[in-house]
Amino acid sequence: MATRAPNLTNKPDHWLNRKGLTVVYKGELLRHRAYTRFLHWMYGIFFFLALLSGFGIYMPWIFRWFTPLFGGGATTRMLHPWFGIGFCFFFGLQALNWAGVMTWTEADTRWMKRIKAYITHRDTIEPPDVGFFNAGQKGQFWEIVFGCIAFVITGVIMWFPEIFGRWLVAISYVIHDISALIMLAGIFIHIYLSTIGEPGTMQSMTRGTVSEAWAWTHHPAWYKEETGRDSQQALEEARKQMESGNP
Amino acid sequence: MSDRKTLQVQKISGHAGPVPGKGTQRATTGVKNDDTLCKLIDTTTCIGCKACEVACVEWNDMPFQPTMFDNTYQTMPDTHWNYWNLIKFDEVSNSDGSFQWLMRKHQCMHCADPGCLAACPADGAIVQYENGIVDFQQENCIGCQFCTSGCPFNVPKFNPETKKVYKCTLCSDRVGQGLEPACIKACPTGCLHFGTKTDMLMLANSRAKQLQDHAGFKDAGVYDPQSIGGTSVVYVLHDAKNPEKYGGLPSNPIIPPSFTIWKNWFKPLGLIGSMMAFAGVILHYVTEGPRRTQPQPPVKQVDGGEEVRKEN
Repeated sequence: MATRAPNLTNKPDHWLNRKGLTVVYKGELLRHRAYTRFLHWMYGIFFFLALLSGFGIYMPWIFRWFTPLFGGGATTRMLHPWFGIGFCFFFGLQALNWAGVMTWTEADTRWMKRIKAYITHRDTIEPPDVGFFNAGQKGQFWEIVFGCIAFVITGVIMWFPEIFGRWLVAISYVIHDISALIMLAGIFIHIYLSTIGEPGTMQSMTRGTVSEAWAWTHHPAWYKEETGRDSQQALEEARKQMESGNP
Repeated sequence: MSDRKTLQVQKISGHAGPVPGKGTQRATTGVKNDDTLCKLIDTTTCIGCKACEVACVEWNDMPFQPTMFDNTYQTMPDTHWNYWNLIKFDEVSNSDGSFQWLMRKHQCMHCADPGCLAACPADGAIVQYENGIVDFQQENCIGCQFCTSGCPFNVPKFNPETKKVYKCTLCSDRVGQGLEPACIKACPTGCLHFGTKTDMLMLANSRAKQLQDHAGFKDAGVYDPQSIGGTSVVYVLHDAKNPEKYGGLPSNPIIPPSFTIWKNWFKPLGLIGSMMAFAGVILHYVTEGPRRTQPQPPVKQVDGGEEVRKEN
């Protein structure tokens, strides 16, 4: 069973968590506090700025129409490292915030083994050992952590080529590209699953709450932690209520 | 000399599709010349007078670059964004006890297969004319400096103030008017020659043979590296087997594969691979549908519907 891992945003008395307001209505659970949401959208903005400016340079014969968005090729090139720094800075803060809950557990290994069942919606709700984040989310998180480390190292080398020499730059260029391609693939899956793929998810990063039904469907262990109720039992009760027509 | 191909573009950096106007013929004369241009530098007759350095700075109207004395006859340690032409000086002790002063005029080699152009991601920032001249168009340069890592000769130099990269143009402005490059005009010993590649190679080979037969330089030869398709600047060297001793001239210059194989093949494939994730999620939504919170109202039986998974 996943247990509550040390997580900055789970400490309501932390000064960062006293900033901002999250209203939790009846039938909802608090998922992300204002600090977490702020970080998410900050690196979200910088991600897309870095992505668009980067791909304008990555393959200009397709993406040359990205560079005018930033004031032309030279300005795009000048801004791109700063967008990257913004992304890595805010994601770094989020990594510190989430490092605890993102720790890999045996439940995650089990989840990975049944990933096909997850994709094909074989089970009505997720297995009872799926905690605050499932293994897919943790996998993407750690991919971005290592991707950011690769971005920073190779990015600095490419930023100051006169210090590092032509071969290091040439190698960095490939690693930087691969890291960007993995994140590009990841962002489609991330956006899909947080919007139309799993309805009800988006509000966790806007208002900061999710419905209890969302919690027992997608993260049963976390639901149990928060409410003390078993997800399967909660589902059955809700189903009976729905069938009897008494909400 | 007359060369009708002077300003016709052969390759453009970071450009989609064929070069505009490629193959256009301006049939103003009956002269037909398919050869590229070439500068021949005979290091064996260079006296290191720096006339070519001065002529280059003068013609290109460069701002002053302070010289730096490092106990040799070299003007400064390396070329600079406003100093494109530098005579590299090396004092070499030979195994037989003799020693040589090696002077090599260092500048852009105008490669047939330019590493700078391959590396450059900016459309039109680097062009190669059909006459072989590789030229930078600073108005299109984005200042990324990939060209400096693409170049095997460490030629392009970055100006941090303008955020642009500069290098020798082989005096494309003079050549376009039928004039020789400024360095050639200034050379007092005749160690610099300018003409077609065929003529210059013929001259270089005969000079190398002369050095072998009559001057005792058994390893004398011509430097025209085939690993980058040859260059539009060729050298006659006393010792063609060890070009490195001439101020670090690489014996086998290569372009990093990240600017050739990676850029031309794996980048488009990688992009397609990443876009498969986009196709994948669309396909997932269409075939599997969203994963809704449970419970959902019972599914209405569709006409002719076979198996409907009730829970979703």
